[in-house]
Amino acid sequence: MINPFIKTENLCFSYDLTEEGGPHREHKVLKNVNLEIGRGDFVAILGHNGSGKSTLAKLLNLILIPTSGKVYIDGRDITDPNMIEDDVFAVRRSIGMVFQNPDNQLVATIVEEDVAFGPENLGVPPPEIRRRVDEALSIVGMSAFARHSPHQLSGGQKQRIAIAGIIAMLPDCIVFDESTAMLDPSGRKEVMDTIISLNRERGITVLHITHNMDEAVRADRVIVMDDGVVFFDGTPREVFSHVPELQSVGLDVPQVTELLYELSLDGVTMPDGSPLPRGILSEEEGADILRKLIK
Amino acid sequence: MLKDITLGQYFPGDSPLHKLDPRVKLVLTIFYIVIIFIAKGAAGFLVITLFTLALIMLSKIPFSVIMRGLKPLIFIIAFTAVINVFWTTGEKPLVNFGFIKIYYEGILYAVLMVLRVVLLLLGTSVLLTYTTSPIALTDGIERLLGPLKKIKMPVHEFAMMMTIALRFIPTLIEETDKIMNAQKARGVDFTTGGLLQRAKALIPILIPLFVSAFRRADELAVAMECRCYRGGEGRTRMTILRLAPRDFVAVGTFALFCAVVVATNIYVPWLTI
Repeated sequence: MINPFIKTENLCFSYDLTEEGGPHREHKVLKNVNLEIGRGDFVAILGHNGSGKSTLAKLLNLILIPTSGKVYIDGRDITDPNMIEDDVFAVRRSIGMVFQNPDNQLVATIVEEDVAFGPENLGVPPPEIRRRVDEALSIVGMSAFARHSPHQLSGGQKQRIAIAGIIAMLPDCIVFDESTAMLDPSGRKEVMDTIISLNRERGITVLHITHNMDEAVRADRVIVMDDGVVFFDGTPREVFSHVPELQSVGLDVPQVTELLYELSLDGVTMPDGSPLPRGILSEEEGADILRKLIK
Repeated sequence: MLKDITLGQYFPGDSPLHKLDPRVKLVLTIFYIVIIFIAKGAAGFLVITLFTLALIMLSKIPFSVIMRGLKPLIFIIAFTAVINVFWTTGEKPLVNFGFIKIYYEGILYAVLMVLRVVLLLLGTSVLLTYTTSPIALTDGIERLLGPLKKIKMPVHEFAMMMTIALRFIPTLIEETDKIMNAQKARGVDFTTGGLLQRAKALIPILIPLFVSAFRRADELAVAMECRCYRGGEGRTRMTILRLAPRDFVAVGTFALFCAVVVATNIYVPWLTI
């Protein structure tokens, strides 16, 4: 990839578990991760708990410091020890993060004050903050709630406020760290639609960490992490055609993908004798194939 | 059940008092307290009482709401009265029951002291707590104390702590409710038994609540760092408090009020203490 927006080189991270006076022990969370993510990409990161996907996200904006290896953001080495504090904050502005629990990331008691929190920290002049806050709230469709208090909102709405708070910092990339995991189906849909429109309409690079396969299918690219290494990396179709491998690392595949996979295991073939296509992701596609089989 | 708790005593509205700049209200409240203690005679107290009643009318807060605020303090008010009636000595007792002597000065003292306490509570609540939202109050305090940052007082940090506390009160109340229900479902009994037993029953609520509060604090800290928070330095604000004409009118009226009270102390010295 030419000029990737995010690039990691042999990225390693481990927690030091050495007890005082005891032998050296560490828990390796990431092992030599090499990734390149282009500007404007929509990447889903999958992996079961403890696979290192959240750690990877926190290394990208220097919430955690890599044990070894390098991270480049927009061509700049952010693991450079000569980085001053301002550089660190420039990286955090550029790579925003939205977390799982919407309650634990809202700071202020009024929605618009919360959205203003990021730009305020960046020292943006007040009239510009006002403009950004209004714009961010309209992008996530929450303008009507500007003067509300966060605890009056639903989970999906709170999460959209959290997204607005990041948008107001004008980021190049937003990392969603299981941001839909605690929401009900309608909240999930609200947030997912917002994420997709940010990527498609505003060209914001999206890293979407998730457990939900139907959400992963909507990405341009899927990265599967297992035990600190990149296990699969490809388009959703490529990745989801490896059903048994995915199941071996504790992941599900979309139901329709699994159904067609199981049918092919039973020896079912297409009417012309060719094997069933693999990596079917949408229900429409699956229905088409089934229709042909029944005929 | 727990959700009914309101934050502070704020009574939303859009009266002229609600619209005043929080900094102005804070300063005026301080002057109000001072003037109550400067007033010496019945005339001064009459002026203050009328002024306070005018404030209450201006705030458009129902009188019953304000009186409800006084209820928990009835004991203190009564105590003040009793102390003053029995412990003040004067020239000749009005009532003399051996060891109990009530003097004319005692009664005067008691009446004026009770008036002082009641006016203090009414005035400060209507000027400040009933008409200023907690967030505006925090904001006002931060900006008012702003100059103290120069001598390294953690004014911003204090205001941030207040804001976060206010933000999380409803969240933690909701959580307490949830934990209580979960523990009830496991057979914990909160409503019977002696004081000690009930206090003990609170432990299974407090421990999960603390654990979760610490977890929340940790997550919030990371989220704040991700949003480039690094303390008050170099931080701007979206809303800038600007003094409006009504703030100057308020200050002017208040200055006049103070002047009148001081004048009564000097020129109308009847029933003074």
